Amino acid sequence: MKRLLAIGLSGLALTVATPALAQDVVIANARLVIGDGSAPVEGGVVIVDNGKVVFAGKPVPGQRYETDMVIDAGGAWVTPGIFATLTSLGLVDVSAVSDSNDTSAGGTPFSAALDASTAINPASQHILVHRAAGITRAATATAPAGSIFAGQGAIIDLDGDANAVMQPRAFQMINLGEGGAELAGGSRVAAHALLKAALREAQALVGKGGIPETTEIGKDDEVLLSRFDAEALVPVVTGRQKLYVAVERAADIRAVLALKTEYPKLDLVLVGASEGWLVANEIAAAGVPVIANGLTDLPETFEQLGATQSNAGRLARAGVKVAINAATMQDPRRLQQVAGNLVALTRVPGATGMEWGNAFAAISSVPAEISGMGGKAGVLTPGALGDVVLWDGDPLEVGSVPTRVFIGGVEQSLESHQSRLRERYRDLDESELPKAFDW
Amino acid sequence: MLLHNSLRARIGALATMASALALAACATTGTAGDTASTDSAKDDAKAFAATPAGDPVFASTYKPYPGIATAIRGATIFDGRGGRIENGVVFMSGGKITAVGGPDTPIPADIAVFDGTGKFVTPGIIDIHSHLGNYPSPGVDAHSDGNEATAPTTPEVWAEHSVWPQDPGFIRALANGGITSLQILPGSANLMGGRSVTLKNVPARTTQGMKFPGAPYGFKMACGENPKRVYGSRGRMPSTRMGNLAVNRETWLAAIDYANDEKAKRDLGKETLVGVLKGDILVHNHCYRADEMALVLDMAKEMGYRVSAFHHAVEAYKIADLLRDNDVCSAIWADWYGFKMESYDGILENAAFLQREGACVVIHSDDANDIQRLNQEARKAQKAGLRLGIDIPDAVAIQWITYNAAKAMGIHEMTGSLEEGKMADVVLWNGNPLSVYSRPEKVWIDGALMFDANDPKRRPVSDFELGQPGEGDVK
Repeated sequence: MKRLLAIGLSGLALTVATPALAQDVVIANARLVIGDGSAPVEGGVVIVDNGKVVFAGKPVPGQRYETDMVIDAGGAWVTPGIFATLTSLGLVDVSAVSDSNDTSAGGTPFSAALDASTAINPASQHILVHRAAGITRAATATAPAGSIFAGQGAIIDLDGDANAVMQPRAFQMINLGEGGAELAGGSRVAAHALLKAALREAQALVGKGGIPETTEIGKDDEVLLSRFDAEALVPVVTGRQKLYVAVERAADIRAVLALKTEYPKLDLVLVGASEGWLVANEIAAAGVPVIANGLTDLPETFEQLGATQSNAGRLARAGVKVAINAATMQDPRRLQQVAGNLVALTRVPGATGMEWGNAFAAISSVPAEISGMGGKAGVLTPGALGDVVLWDGDPLEVGSVPTRVFIGGVEQSLESHQSRLRERYRDLDESELPKAFDW
Repeated sequence: MLLHNSLRARIGALATMASALALAACATTGTAGDTASTDSAKDDAKAFAATPAGDPVFASTYKPYPGIATAIRGATIFDGRGGRIENGVVFMSGGKITAVGGPDTPIPADIAVFDGTGKFVTPGIIDIHSHLGNYPSPGVDAHSDGNEATAPTTPEVWAEHSVWPQDPGFIRALANGGITSLQILPGSANLMGGRSVTLKNVPARTTQGMKFPGAPYGFKMACGENPKRVYGSRGRMPSTRMGNLAVNRETWLAAIDYANDEKAKRDLGKETLVGVLKGDILVHNHCYRADEMALVLDMAKEMGYRVSAFHHAVEAYKIADLLRDNDVCSAIWADWYGFKMESYDGILENAAFLQREGACVVIHSDDANDIQRLNQEARKAQKAGLRLGIDIPDAVAIQWITYNAAKAMGIHEMTGSLEEGKMADVVLWNGNPLSVYSRPEKVWIDGALMFDANDPKRRPVSDFELGQPGEGDVK
């Protein structure tokens, strides 16, 4: 039953019983974050209709809307869902239990042809846990294991329904740093030779359907590039599929940017880029976005000698589009914490951080844009997906958690294995029966 | 051969001299008792002799750096023992805390005074579980010195012999995390990984220059998946959890025999185990699962030793009552879960549920990055409790990363709280340390200013970083 609502009124305690499917919802009296880098709006309203945002901002006097559900946020923070990139969400149950882990396959002859979208498990506990942490969409990818090519990553939603994959094969990923060097046979030189050879093979296949005739690249019994992998790289050389390149060192970043000279159609994205700040102007000039490690500040490898927490801020200041990389943190739940730390840096002498709105955008609209979901995810603008999160505090403040999560206009359960354990162990009373009966 | 012998004799003599000097210089060094009588050694009149077992060796050479008498006025103080003072005063001089109190606390006229209005003061943050120095940055194979995993038990190794004091991680922990003391542990591949070492987080040319004077040794043990996986995969015992327990118990029985045998030849590993049995060396037991912690507690009873803390105790919340009754601390992460089978039941409420039962909580890092943000990890754990109505004041959450860590490491009489006479290990934060938006502004160790966010030259730079990209950067 829809009801007609005059929004912008005070005292909207009108919550209606939750229907099972996509409903229209109005969230009023919010401390509203649009996600585009702008400052929060006090007393904001979000209207979601048929799974999409139709309005978000200050209420317009006299505005009326017919809706199923009205939520008075009571001044609470309301944001777009967090967009996590890069993750392994949906590909792994327990990372150290190899049977449950689909993130890498060192034993396969395939590399670039690998397609993460074929194995996403929407019921994964990690999806449930991260949904309850306010992440509504994610880029999920396999890791390079048998070759410098990690394979093709997917954009997924976290609503747990049968259709987790929003966009399969959204990007190809390669490693051209120390890790890639090892996978290519032992050196960066070898990795670049393999990449160039692979792109040449792919170029030769452009516009040719049917059975590929390319030559396999192998060493001993190992296949470094099969004809299927070369075929999978065709959309990369034609610029129809993004190429994510994991590198850290300034010199390696320059070498990646130089690839555009030979292959001008490459749609490059840098991943990691710990020393990006040393070449920030060159990255900005090339118009290449960066999925940057947020708080990496140790010389963990020789390619990260210049690592600093100010990297993301300095890149952004130079005009680079910067998202925060979820791959280097303990788990993607920490995206909000990392963004909050970037805000903290604005108060540290000599450091470069981000203002609150930009820091939030670095985990919402910016990663969505880099992922090809600009205007659709990570932002509350008309036409965007109805991913809305209500929080119990400042969403970048550590310890804040969502109180309600909508994905595509559908309210989500915040339950998981963890929440069930939490409820069971609220006390240790076994005076009547063992804990196993408490569920 | 002759040359070799005379060299040994000279080195032996020098070592004995050095330890005697260290004893004279620092009365608190060397808690291990059992000093073999030097008189009886003379009677034996042996040509060659090592420093007797139990005498301090590899002794701390750390001495506090010069500091000036300093007071911070007008700040909110968390004292490390659950106390909170608004608009408070902390006064330090001679490397010690001289006074802590409210706005009326008297301060001498001629000392440095910092206005702490809007700022916060805590004791120096302490990480009970770190591998800085023994798994340093850069993490290349040549630096992988954290675990002598070549046998299921290596009680004879000492972590301090693997610590590289030039690890840039120490400095990040100081500047970003306010870390002033930390325990460096051997790794967890084996059941008994060896002795730990407690350090002052002061840059030094040698590890002895960082050693916390008077800190007792720790002893690293590990339950569960790691030992059975590592040795099982090599076709040797243990390959199961029951194998883990069996090897442990056999090793303890052998140590008890050794302790009872006055004629036994010196055995470095058993000396450490006997130190545990005597209560001089504190056990830090890596153990995730509730059921395994309960087994370890029974093993400790059987053999006659105490467990000081379970580390990575992801399931501690399931047996919070048992841990409280045994007076064992749980050193835990706030949010790590699900990365291995024994971490599958990790929940955000672990610390809060332990606190609810009155058990001891310590938040630890085990990580070169997380050690820079123990304050934020404490906040996550505190907030999870607050959501369930478990009242955990900010000052108590700070206790998890200060006094409680010090207690489990046996250094709580010296540091870990802001109390008169204790070491002036102090952090001035530019906001509430439990907020993501706050960072250390100044850090004092034994009253010496070791970090100042407002002074680029009061930021240490390790040898490794000199002349490299980002030398002296804010990091």
